[in-house]
Amino acid sequence: MEPQHQPTRKHGLTAIDGALALIVILLIVQMWLLTATLESYLAGHHEVVLPAAIVSGALFLICAALYLFVIHIDAEERKAQRENSGFRETQDRL
Amino acid sequence: MKLFRRASKEPLWKDEFCINRADEQYVNRRQFTKFLVLTSLGMFAGNIWILMRSCFSKTPVYPEKNICRTKDVPVGGVWLFRYPTEKDACILIRPDEETYVAYSQKCTHLSCAVYYAPAKNRLECPCHEGYFSIKTGDVLQGPPPRPLPRVVLERRGDDLVAVRMEIQKEG
Repeated sequence: MEPQHQPTRKHGLTAIDGALALIVILLIVQMWLLTATLESYLAGHHEVVLPAAIVSGALFLICAALYLFVIHIDAEERKAQRENSGFRETQDRL
Repeated sequence: MKLFRRASKEPLWKDEFCINRADEQYVNRRQFTKFLVLTSLGMFAGNIWILMRSCFSKTPVYPEKNICRTKDVPVGGVWLFRYPTEKDACILIRPDEETYVAYSQKCTHLSCAVYYAPAKNRLECPCHEGYFSIKTGDVLQGPPPRPLPRVVLERRGDDLVAVRMEIQKEG
């Protein structure tokens, strides 16, 4: 039986780092959006408030999706590690 | 749901405080990601708060208020008053014989009180050197992002009456 392909530890970390970098970029955009919206609202431009809230919500959803991706990768890594350690224990017993 | 499954069947504390040093990198990153996502949620909540304020804010009611008599303010002089509520400081200026203008005294930058500089015929904020035009209330220089809110005045005989505020839009 062929061994299943499992992501290596390094690949998993790289993927998580990539997701983290994306989240940081999205967060900076969201911070700018919040300050710009507040500034516009105080200046009496109420028409920008709704689109800004929608875009901010979309950015939050993308961040949440990336977080789920990180959890998923983490779970995969742990599973692979557990299976590998179980395989080694069996080999040691034999 | 597959995405929400726990990383292992071990108790949570064993997942979060791992024995292997290499696993710690995953825990650190996961926790940092969670913190960032919560921050993102906070930003979204901020935008929703602004939206709620925008939707449910009441249209301000401006009562008519007698400010002063015309002879109370000399040419080149000022008269301080409060409008529309007792918390809102305003400044009335008489730059020449027939002109009376009034603005909110709160600088639109950080709410310092602006004052009239007769030599340069402009309103100045002493905190960060923001200057405003006497004619329009527009920002001439400095960090203030918006013009000063203008008090609309009516002259009724010898009396000057504040009728409403005008929040002037920039640009």
